[in-house]
Amino acid sequence: MSRLQVVSGKGGTGKTTVAAALALALATEGKRTLLVEVEGRQGIAQLFETEALPYEERKIAVAPGGGEVYALAIDPELALLDYLQMFYKLGSAGRALKKLGAVDFATTIAPGLRDVLLTGKACEAVRRKDKRGRYAYDCVIMDAPPTGRITRFLNVNDEVAGLAKIGPIHNQAQAVMRVLKSPETNVHLVTLLEEMPVQETVDGIAELRAAGLPVGRVIVNMVRPALLDEAELELGLERTPRTAIAKTLASAGLGGARGAAGRLVDPLLAQAAEYAERYALEGAQRAVLGTHGLPLHELPLLADGLDLAGLYELAGELRHQGIS
Amino acid sequence: MSLDPARDPLDVDALLDDPKTRIVVCCGSGGVGKTTTAAALGLRAAERGRTVVVLTIDPARRLAQSMGIDSLDNVPRRVKDVRGSGELHAMMLDMKRTFDEIVEAHADADRARAILSNPFYQSLSAGFAGTQEYMAMEKLGQLRSRDEWDLIVVDTPPSRSALDFLDAPKRLGSFLDGKLIRLLMAPAKVGGRAGMKFLNVGMSMMTGALGKLLGGQLLRDVQTFVAAMDTMFGGFRKRADATYRLLQAPGTAFLVVASPERDALREAAYFVERLAADDMPLAGLVLNRVHGSGAAELSAERALAAAEGLEERYGERYGEPGAEGSEASGADAEENLEAVGIVDQEGGNVGLRNSSESEAPNSPEANGTSTSTKNDESGADHSGAGDSGASVEQLTAGLLRLHAERMRLLARERHTRDRFTALHPEVAVAEVAALPGDVHDLDGLRTIGDRLASACVPGDEQGR
Repeated sequence: MSRLQVVSGKGGTGKTTVAAALALALATEGKRTLLVEVEGRQGIAQLFETEALPYEERKIAVAPGGGEVYALAIDPELALLDYLQMFYKLGSAGRALKKLGAVDFATTIAPGLRDVLLTGKACEAVRRKDKRGRYAYDCVIMDAPPTGRITRFLNVNDEVAGLAKIGPIHNQAQAVMRVLKSPETNVHLVTLLEEMPVQETVDGIAELRAAGLPVGRVIVNMVRPALLDEAELELGLERTPRTAIAKTLASAGLGGARGAAGRLVDPLLAQAAEYAERYALEGAQRAVLGTHGLPLHELPLLADGLDLAGLYELAGELRHQGIS
Repeated sequence: MSLDPARDPLDVDALLDDPKTRIVVCCGSGGVGKTTTAAALGLRAAERGRTVVVLTIDPARRLAQSMGIDSLDNVPRRVKDVRGSGELHAMMLDMKRTFDEIVEAHADADRARAILSNPFYQSLSAGFAGTQEYMAMEKLGQLRSRDEWDLIVVDTPPSRSALDFLDAPKRLGSFLDGKLIRLLMAPAKVGGRAGMKFLNVGMSMMTGALGKLLGGQLLRDVQTFVAAMDTMFGGFRKRADATYRLLQAPGTAFLVVASPERDALREAAYFVERLAADDMPLAGLVLNRVHGSGAAELSAERALAAAEGLEERYGERYGEPGAEGSEASGADAEENLEAVGIVDQEGGNVGLRNSSESEAPNSPEANGTSTSTKNDESGADHSGAGDSGASVEQLTAGLLRLHAERMRLLARERHTRDRFTALHPEVAVAEVAALPGDVHDLDGLRTIGDRLASACVPGDEQGR
């Protein structure tokens, strides 16, 4: 199993949720996992209903199987100062650089540097070992930038290649790429069964593959339950007389067939028509996703919205599907 | 169950029709339909007579196609088949192209060539977080100053934080004009490393640190870049400041776009607060993909209970005999069936027919022939009624379950929305009913425009 699992997806598909559920699922198997956030949105803290995460690895959940989930929100500025201190003992100069705007420059403006720092920190956690030579974490899960930016984000080497052909940034980028392109890494894409997210996923798979980055699984999130099957849809929408439905509604105690129950028929059929349209669309999108030779997983839409209990439910579902 | 719409509906048409509205900025987190909203607003405004340009940042291919333009580029293209006297133009921001144009416009040919071929410039213009935001604002400023359109609708970049497009231009502007650049410029200006001696010790230590951090080659690229850009500095910050002021001006209206989900609305709330703090004029919130129901008076609980009742009845009549047998003897079961049939179909006849069918397999064929005429017509009539009777119950139960799911979704969306409106009661809201599929053409955009303008969910409240 890959020790660095990167979770990306179009905005709004719930990649943070899937990343967290994956970390929980792995922890449930007794693994020590680190859930990493790189975009400063504090999505993990909100999901686990804890206060904002600092730039520090902090335990946020203990799983039933005895494993643990740690979380880290990587702050590029602090990661840079960290890095300067670690490699160059540049503590005070670091502060001076900050005053000058150089840190701001390096972390927000200089192309690629920010990404090298973020991926670099995650890779450091992947490779870190304790005193006895064991890995500090069995698995690192990254809540990564969205699909549209993921290849550029991970492909730091290319990004800084034109920029730093030699020197420390170049070396750091090389080290990061060695981890990212190895079998140690897997990039998962989260999507919904809608045209735009699926199109973005398909494009994302192609881009990642072209860059030589390992694509893992496609996770379809928020799948709505199939409430009517095709036969029912056809029957309901094409052939069943409205009066029959009205009578049946009336017999179920929802008012008179020509009164309250009768008035329900049109809106109920309209909802069924919408459902049918979406059902057909979802089927088509599922087929598109199926053509890429990647394992496809589906997570249900949680009826009552997502809370901590729902997160554990999704983690259970991922384990059930053998994803972890 | 009556579902009240948001208390203060946003009047989209009034906003679009007002000639004083010159810029509409759509902002919000990713995946909420920002770009589609921008395109739909642009189309609606054009069809209501205005001359509009829509600046999209990263439109999905299908959205560009929906405007009849296969690939949008950095030049506004007129959209065909727009009804009425207005005009719609659409373009997609090409950040590198926009940056190049600035360089070409502000430097002489040789210098421009030097800048455009500099590796640092190439990465800066193509890649970094913030260029897109800066260039979007730059483009907005350019479009505004051309004054060819009386309304500009802008989509904002899918930033990691929704606020980036307000901050990034300033950040880039101040970087390009700032102390760091001047420091980097100093050695290049006075002749390479020799210039270092004019700097004080602290400064040279920092340049040393910078060299270590960035690598010598990168530092030299930056220095060359900076030297070449020399004459252009000052301009960046000035333009960033000008665009920022343009956003605060009375002709500008911000629309925060969200979907009725927790994360999207939380981001929307941040946005509302930030816009207020920056004195940016907020017109309202567009809440996309809101679900409604024409049968909202039927609650999820009642619908589910009714569906279960129907399924139970269906199961009893057509389900496995074993299950029935456990409850009653064969004869009793038959009586039950009869009773159910009678109650169910309000005609004794039908009930009797039902029970006669259940006997049919057992009855000798001779029996059948004796009543052949009657059986034939009633049989044909009946087998249809029997089959669809079963299926109608099954189908109706399905419709009810579908409705229960819809009502639960609706309640959840409403709850999420109400949390936002409780926090920001001052914000006008336009709710856009969810479409089952994606937008593929101008008609799709028109439908969204209609839904935007009607500002309430169809079927949400009867008679509205």
